[in-house]
Amino acid sequence: MNDNLTRRAGWHDALPIGFSYFGISLALGIVGRAAGINPWLMLLMSALIFAGSAQFVLISMLLTQDQIIAIVAATFLINARLILLGITLALHFKQTSLLKSILLASLLTDESFALAINKINFTKGRLTFSWFHGAALLPYFVCLAATFLGAQLGGLLTNPERFGVDFAVVAMFIGLTYLQFESDRQLPKKLQLILIASSFVMIYFGMMVIPGRLLILVVTLCGCALGVILKHVYF
Amino acid sequence: MSTFNYTILTILGCGLVTWLSRVLPFVLLKKFSLSETVLEYLNFVPIVIMSALWFSSLFTQHLGHLPTINWPNLIASGPTLLSAILSKNLLVIVIVGVVSLGLIRLIIGA
Repeated sequence: MNDNLTRRAGWHDALPIGFSYFGISLALGIVGRAAGINPWLMLLMSALIFAGSAQFVLISMLLTQDQIIAIVAATFLINARLILLGITLALHFKQTSLLKSILLASLLTDESFALAINKINFTKGRLTFSWFHGAALLPYFVCLAATFLGAQLGGLLTNPERFGVDFAVVAMFIGLTYLQFESDRQLPKKLQLILIASSFVMIYFGMMVIPGRLLILVVTLCGCALGVILKHVYF
Repeated sequence: MSTFNYTILTILGCGLVTWLSRVLPFVLLKKFSLSETVLEYLNFVPIVIMSALWFSSLFTQHLGHLPTINWPNLIASGPTLLSAILSKNLLVIVIVGVVSLGLIRLIIGA
């Protein structure tokens, strides 16, 4: 990664996201088809929701014919962390017009957020609409194409997990955690290590009581508070 | 209600709440600004959320009990982290990760 903020650079920087989304979205399409959802509806789902984990949950709830309001509420909770990501990222787009802000926010994901935050370490805090939009559009189109392809392939490929594609997203988070740790110049390294360790402990014990993706939100809220406290007391 | 209508209505509802979660912070922050403390708090979001997303994949959840270790994911994290330290290139990291887990599943035959 470098300090180039053109649309082209955005596409280039987003290649790893595109690669990992291809596997996940293909699996999503296959799972959706297996659950009896029409490929065009799967395409619509990816186009409008564009959040892998929420879509897997959505498919399982559609399968059990849950109340619409319950599914919508679950989706909101799973995706509520996007609000936190949005607040953090929006600070770097204060000068961007409202329409452009809405356009770029519409494609915000964990991965594009992480990529953008990492990019900041190379650009002295600057981000542009062109760069982010390029970096977010590539994974979006990959996701749509792969969802549809997966839904079409449907019954042909039964167990996509066999090839390890589901680990692509985890690998990305490992990479992004390390790259963030390595290149962040604002927070002391020791404090970052303590926070990573505390996030591990909170995830481990939190899993007893709070379901999956909601736990991520709770851990993030608590971890950041811990960070502020530790920074003021010890650093 | 037909299954088709039920599915399409659910997708529209879920799409709307997700879109609002994405867009509202950007729209509202055009009008309001945040205090120093909140800004400081937000500084910690990236490192905490990224590590949390990683760690949550290392366990299998059983509500009411401690989680069990997802051994394939834990083992595959080793070479993946190593490739992160050595290459600092996200595409390399993703490929190493996928190949590692693929090999592990091949060996244990799961």
